[in-house]
Amino acid sequence: MSLFGRRERDIIMEGIWHKNPITYLVMGICSALAVTVKVETAFIMALGVMFVMAFASMTVSALRHQMPVSIRIIVQILIISILVIIADQFLRAFAYDISKQMSIFVGLIITNTLVLGRTEGFALGNPPWRSFLDGFANGTGYGLVLVAVAAVRELLGNGKLAGLQIIPESLYGAGYANNGIMILAPGAFFLLGIIIWIQRAISGYREER
Amino acid sequence: MEHYINLFIRNVFVDNILLTYFLGMCSFLACSRQMQTSIGLGIAVIFITAVTTPLNWLIKHYVLGKGALAWAGLPGVDLSFLIFIVFIAAIAAVTQMIEMVIDRYSPALYAALGIFLPLIVANCAVLGSSFFMDQRGYTFAESLVFGCASGTGWAVAIVLLSAIRKKLWYSNVPGPLRGLGIAMIATGFMAMAFMVFAGLRF
Repeated sequence: MSLFGRRERDIIMEGIWHKNPITYLVMGICSALAVTVKVETAFIMALGVMFVMAFASMTVSALRHQMPVSIRIIVQILIISILVIIADQFLRAFAYDISKQMSIFVGLIITNTLVLGRTEGFALGNPPWRSFLDGFANGTGYGLVLVAVAAVRELLGNGKLAGLQIIPESLYGAGYANNGIMILAPGAFFLLGIIIWIQRAISGYREER
Repeated sequence: MEHYINLFIRNVFVDNILLTYFLGMCSFLACSRQMQTSIGLGIAVIFITAVTTPLNWLIKHYVLGKGALAWAGLPGVDLSFLIFIVFIAAIAAVTQMIEMVIDRYSPALYAALGIFLPLIVANCAVLGSSFFMDQRGYTFAESLVFGCASGTGWAVAIVLLSAIRKKLWYSNVPGPLRGLGIAMIATGFMAMAFMVFAGLRF
């Protein structure tokens, strides 16, 4: 069994594209939208989720034969919260400003249903290395959507991309104005709706009403 | 008293936990297909946030906060890094306990709410209320009012969305947009409508 055989590559592709956690699985939207006003915070959030998902899936998978079925949910939540505490303390120590901007949303990775959904749905029935890849791939797919939403919101709402001014000053002089709704909550909902629309139009997935 | 009424109205309409802070989106989208389901889940969430937010306030101020263990003779101990794990454990325990109590004393209510209770542990709105309570430095009474308000705000939003989705059933939505996509856009319009309340003051 090689480390990146056919099955492993399938797992990675499914997580990132075919079964993208946000557009296909309807999961993990909760703690995500609020950090997408800026690309910087979205990127850090994506890294945090990738870290937590990859190691939570691996740990749950390694413990899957020892875990009594009746208390498995609470055990998984505890494993996830320990990893979130590590991520949060790391951010506070090395990127204090960003951790302040993300306020409570790092902590809310605990209740991100995507993490629990993958440990429950995949890691409980698969060996550790594959679970690690699955968690990592789903975290990546999730992060890509997050960064895409953030890029559009920051560009249209502030005229910037990752903090750099993209839209030239002369355009503002000619009467161009930033789109305020993109900074506010409704903009995020609309954008995510549109991204889901585009992704599903390409991948061909349809929902029954 | 006026302060508390203001706090309540503010957190139900202006700072709605779902439409402004995006908390609890997962069960919001998954359980809003039917009116009956969304009402049941909404009531369960109001109940749990109203209990767990003040409970977590007590935990924060008597066990975990900086210097909170002074009553036990340990004034120098700061356990606030444990907040995440303890808050979620408290929520899970309360939900489990309420489930058992309801099962024992009110089978009818259990039949109506029972299936939603496990969903609540993984609802960000509940954990988020506790985190906001901690971050905004509420007093105990404020945290009780805030818990009720954020649960109510969430319930109002999910019931409204389920009504909208019922109407959507009869409209011809483009294939790739069906289900989740159109629900997100409808939520966007709801969030826009709720922004009108921002001028509301009592």
